[in-house]
Amino acid sequence: MDHHTMSLTLQVWRQQNANARGKFVTYKVDDISPEMSFLEMFDVLNEKLVNEGSEPIAFDHDCREGICGSCSMHINGRPHGPWAATTVCQLHMRAFHDGDTIVVEPWRANAFPVVKDLVVDRSAFDRIIQAGGYISVNTGNAVDANATPIEKTHADAAFAAAACIGCGACVAACKNSSAMLFMSAKVAHLSLLPQGAPERKSRVLDMVAQMDKEGFGSCTFTEACEAVCPKEISVTNISRLNAEYLVAGLTVDK
Amino acid sequence: MLNSKIPQGSLENKWNDYKGHVKLVNPSNKRKLEIIIIGSGLAGASAASSLGELGYKVKVFCFQDSPRRAHSIAAQGGINAAKNYQNDGDSVFRLFYDTVKGGDYRAREANVYRLAEVSANIIDQCVAQGVPFAREYGGLLSNRSFGGTQVQRTFYAAGQTGQQLLIGAYQSLERQVALGNVTMYSRHEMLDIVKIDGKARGVICRNLITGQLERYFGHAVLLCSGGYGNVFYLSTNAMGSNATAIWKAHKKGAYFGNPCFTQIHPTCIPVSGDHQSKLTLMSESLRNDGRIWVPKKKDDKRRPSEIPEEERDYYLERRYPAFGNLVPRDVASRAAKERCDAGYGVGNSRMAVYLDYASAIERYGRGEAGKHHLENADADTITKLGKEVVKEKYGNLFDMYAKITGEDPYTTPMRIYPAVHYTMGGLWVDYELMTTVEGLYCLGEANFSDHGANRLGASALMQGLADGYFVIPYTIGNYMADEIRTAAISTDHPAFVEAEKEVSDRINALMNIKGSQSVESFHKQLGKIMWNKCGMARNEQGLKEAIEEIRQLKKEFWSDLRIPGGINELNNELDKANRVADFIELGELMCIDALHRRESCGGHFREEMQTEEGEALRDDEHFKYVATWEYKGDHEWKLHEEDLNFEVAKPTQRSYK
Ligand SMILES: Cc1cc2nc3c(=O)[nH]c(=O)nc-3n(C[C@H](O)[C@H](O)[C@H](O)COP(=O)(O)OP(=O)(O)OC[C@H]3O[C@@H](n4cnc5c(N)ncnc54)[C@H](O)[C@@H]3O)c2cc1C
Ligand code: SF4
Ligand code: FES
Repeated sequence: MDHHTMSLTLQVWRQQNANARGKFVTYKVDDISPEMSFLEMFDVLNEKLVNEGSEPIAFDHDCREGICGSCSMHINGRPHGPWAATTVCQLHMRAFHDGDTIVVEPWRANAFPVVKDLVVDRSAFDRIIQAGGYISVNTGNAVDANATPIEKTHADAAFAAAACIGCGACVAACKNSSAMLFMSAKVAHLSLLPQGAPERKSRVLDMVAQMDKEGFGSCTFTEACEAVCPKEISVTNISRLNAEYLVAGLTVDK
Repeated sequence: MLNSKIPQGSLENKWNDYKGHVKLVNPSNKRKLEIIIIGSGLAGASAASSLGELGYKVKVFCFQDSPRRAHSIAAQGGINAAKNYQNDGDSVFRLFYDTVKGGDYRAREANVYRLAEVSANIIDQCVAQGVPFAREYGGLLSNRSFGGTQVQRTFYAAGQTGQQLLIGAYQSLERQVALGNVTMYSRHEMLDIVKIDGKARGVICRNLITGQLERYFGHAVLLCSGGYGNVFYLSTNAMGSNATAIWKAHKKGAYFGNPCFTQIHPTCIPVSGDHQSKLTLMSESLRNDGRIWVPKKKDDKRRPSEIPEEERDYYLERRYPAFGNLVPRDVASRAAKERCDAGYGVGNSRMAVYLDYASAIERYGRGEAGKHHLENADADTITKLGKEVVKEKYGNLFDMYAKITGEDPYTTPMRIYPAVHYTMGGLWVDYELMTTVEGLYCLGEANFSDHGANRLGASALMQGLADGYFVIPYTIGNYMADEIRTAAISTDHPAFVEAEKEVSDRINALMNIKGSQSVESFHKQLGKIMWNKCGMARNEQGLKEAIEEIRQLKKEFWSDLRIPGGINELNNELDKANRVADFIELGELMCIDALHRRESCGGHFREEMQTEEGEALRDDEHFKYVATWEYKGDHEWKLHEEDLNFEVAKPTQRSYK
């Protein structure tokens, strides 16, 4: 393993709160080792800021293992930065070179207002789930788990869709700020399983209605979302959603 | 006196009898009863959805921006259940027995038996919610093994089991939000409980966006706030995981059970430098197929591929032939430490051992070749086929390892070392999950209950969901039935005003220290003390020193801390300061507990107490009890003992040989 260190220039979006005007501020960081994660590099910068008596940069993070979906930085024009299938917290400084300038912004979308610096409000995603992203089963009502065998290919496809971490990178990458990839992943996960079948039609109609209400844009199928999704959620889920929506729209009893 | 309220009768009948006789609350009364739940992890989300379904008015709080991000999301390997789908001899009794033995006979039999009983319902419930567990080609559920067991009872969803279980519970929770039964408060941190006439009646929370303090009333309060492994600074827990909720409750009268029982997980990616912010777990499921080894020669600097088979020491297989690489975590961790301390460690730091997949890849590769009728498959084909199988089973873990270390675990053995992972200790609760404060309950990792001195893999998810889906919906009725005449109490009540003032005074005090050191630097110092002196091996002298050092650190913290920014805004440094202040106090109690327990059991290894072969030496005569601590004031605690009676699983020296 090599043990060189890097000096970098960061241009970071700073915004005091939702109503304040934001701006880019330039920072220098030195002694960054390639083994650090991107967020650890931010820790180093924040520690420096605190020691200088200024306010550290606010950013969301928790698990630092690529699974909770908290972290959300737009790095050099790309949500979650340069590595494919990787959240910012799993991005490591090996990806950068000594002397690089790195631009860091929050997710940009009307439905994700900035809260402070790099922190945005993604509660719209929770409300989309509330609209129907579940199977209505009360605790205690379940039959034996092996009573309903599920074809492995369906189970695997449902699992692949269920891997979505709700980070919102798909929205941030989309020129229309559409939430279609996120929502289609949930629709696909549940409709691929027999347990999800009874609510298939109402689910897709209600979730789409909620998405529109939240101010997400419509999908023009540029596939920018799939390219940045850290969990490699496929746009074929969007095709599935469209098909479900069409059938539901034609046949639902109102 | 502690009353654990264990029902009478034989072990197998206790829970059924309890359910048959517990008081009930009728539906129209439930609508008038309010419940506060702190935490939206597996324990909190499952409790919230189940209690919402029953008709209670529920308020849930979490500090993340969405309940779906609770730390449970990160659980990787799996969840146990006594389904016996593999027909390999599993049963409720065996799961119970393995858990009590795995916990080194420091857990309460009745609780563990109930846990084993409801385990099967959990899997049914999750599948009904659409949790996509791994399946076999026939469409039925797949299982694997975890440490400390000889059956395959672990259900999993690749390396993302916690995520899938939590999303299932989260979706049920959001359904209840949509139905108006549950109100969700994200980005809220509970900073104190409110007691009126001795009963828990509410909480004070800080809105993390506005910084405002807010008061909430509940007829009962449930703490589902997770574990406190971050006392050690470096752990596998999420960055925000903290002890504040239970610590505040402790200071208001809830006793703390077995605080020093910490689980150090054997397979984590080793520390790479001072910048390190957290440690990453490599799931225990990897020990199903991976083999752990170090070189036989001391200080061997060769690359792993250059070390021939006969010069490798597969020390777990050597020391524990019956369980091999699948010994329980405490045993595996100590064995790794022993090898590294003796000079056989690998990697730059020499503080790591290898976890090797070469033979698993070959074994699976041959199996696949056979399935595809490739009789004369060459080595490359076998390796390729084998890698595909390993990728399907553990792909996300291998990817994570590669991203963090820059090495390819399919071709080079992984380097691993033990790290702090889980806390068996927590608030003491009785059989009904109530703490020593009336109306205050504690569920999930935050309580001390089911795992004794060492938790078996895949049992935390099981416990969290058992508590939330299947235990609390019954036990809370027993309390609530007597509360139907209590009208909602106004949050203008003096007890709320006073509690809020205490919180606000403390925040002001923290902000006004205006010293020179960051919260982070104090947290790191605490972590170092804890890891070195209250970590994998503990001794009397070290613990005494640690207590002094922590007291000193506390003084320094309260006189030299610096928090930039203001109170009435999003201020992560202030959030952390609140948490670290509590960690420091808890750290002291952990050391006091570890010092008092003059025996080795499970994860608590006192160097003075070991067998000739270096195994943990229990002292059942003097320590067969739950050490339960009552807070008496600054640096002062009183010990209460809950004696443990083993009527069915008779304590023996644990052996995995
Ligand atoms: C990396 C990793 C892998 C694991 N893998 C497994 C596994 O394979 N199998 C297994 O059985 N176990 C596993 N575990 C253990 C298991 O994940 C945890 O023990 C379990 O998920 C804890 O669940 P919980 O509901 O008790 O708490 P958590 O999931 O930690 O939830 C805590 C909740 O409380 C909230 N909270 C905390 N404090 C406050 C406060 N003051 N105010 C408001 N809200 C608060 C948080 O926001 C969060 O919502 C693993 C643990 C780790 C770290
Ligand atoms: S679909 Fe992908 S990018 Fe979008 S929220 Fe889910 S994980 Fe994130
Ligand atoms: S911090 Fe959890 S996904 Fe990045």
